[in-house]
Amino acid sequence: MVSASPAAVPNEFEYLLRLGDDRLVLGHRLSEWCGHAPILEEDIALANIALDLIGQANLLLGLAARIERKGRDADALAYLRDAIDYRNALLVEMPKGDFAVTIVRQLLYSVFALLQAEALQRSTDADVAGIAAKAVKELRYHVRHSADWVLKLGGGTTESRARAQRAVDDLWPYTGELFLADDVDRAVAQTGIGVDPSPLESSWQSTVRDVLGRAGLTIPDSAYMQRGGRQGRHTEHLGHMLAEMQIVARSHPGASW
Amino acid sequence: MTTMANDSTTRATSGDGTSAPEDSQWPLWEVFVQPPGGEPHEHAGSVHAVDGESALQNARDVYARRGEAVSIWVVPSIEITASTPDDMGPFFDPGNDKPYRHPQFYKVPRGIRM
Repeated sequence: MVSASPAAVPNEFEYLLRLGDDRLVLGHRLSEWCGHAPILEEDIALANIALDLIGQANLLLGLAARIERKGRDADALAYLRDAIDYRNALLVEMPKGDFAVTIVRQLLYSVFALLQAEALQRSTDADVAGIAAKAVKELRYHVRHSADWVLKLGGGTTESRARAQRAVDDLWPYTGELFLADDVDRAVAQTGIGVDPSPLESSWQSTVRDVLGRAGLTIPDSAYMQRGGRQGRHTEHLGHMLAEMQIVARSHPGASW
Repeated sequence: MTTMANDSTTRATSGDGTSAPEDSQWPLWEVFVQPPGGEPHEHAGSVHAVDGESALQNARDVYARRGEAVSIWVVPSIEITASTPDDMGPFFDPGNDKPYRHPQFYKVPRGIRM
């Protein structure tokens, strides 16, 4: 159970929001494919991955709400916060784009999330460790599914390769933020509750570069990286997405179904 | 005799764009799922996929998401040779005119303990 000292609560709460919001926002982006994927089987696959991520978000935000002790629950955190209070990385809030964008983004994020969850299994907080252990199994499948698709798109037709390359070019500048550590990350890593993301980058680079290389896709040279999501500075896309995601809960406060 | 899938399904997306599929669907695969507890694999249904690995993933997503399986087999539908309704008589007529095919035809010899 949670045994954080009062002084540590703000950092742990903030950290759990980062973990939960990444998954909630990407889960919602994937759910936008429901009924629109290129083929029925892939429609089901994307919906399954979305449900995995939203399930993880539900557990993480529920835990965040419990340690915050302000009477909020996971639903309140998901549906009643504005974009400025969201702590997801910018990568996951990008619009779903075409199928190549969705798949490339899924690979970039899933490899990161798997490394993160593997490390979080050793969290000193038993709840965090338990959630991570469950997530690892799901994330391994997400990596396998998205890597398989990246190879097919890269090695497919001229059009599929061009779209996959464009997706890599567009999304790459959003990957650096995943590994930026600030005081919150360092504080939770210090207490053993969380994981400093910076040391995960070398493993992430080697896995992602291996898959993209085998798919015949090239990584942009530009070293410029976007940032800001972890501090609540988001792109305009998140506001639009939240408006749609939150409209029912906000229009009917307290409703249950 | 007939195969279960028609020929158009074998020519789906080959990747170079030269053989455009007549059918918008990918090739069909039959899915066999083994339930927990050592039961044999059973036919669960079918999925579309471009290769075995994708077929396995699609089968997992469609037929094994709620703990129904410990193992999955996928087989290209076109590889299955199936009987047709025309085979009904010659294949399945029970041969009741040949009672010696049934064990009840034989008497248990004296001295055999049942």
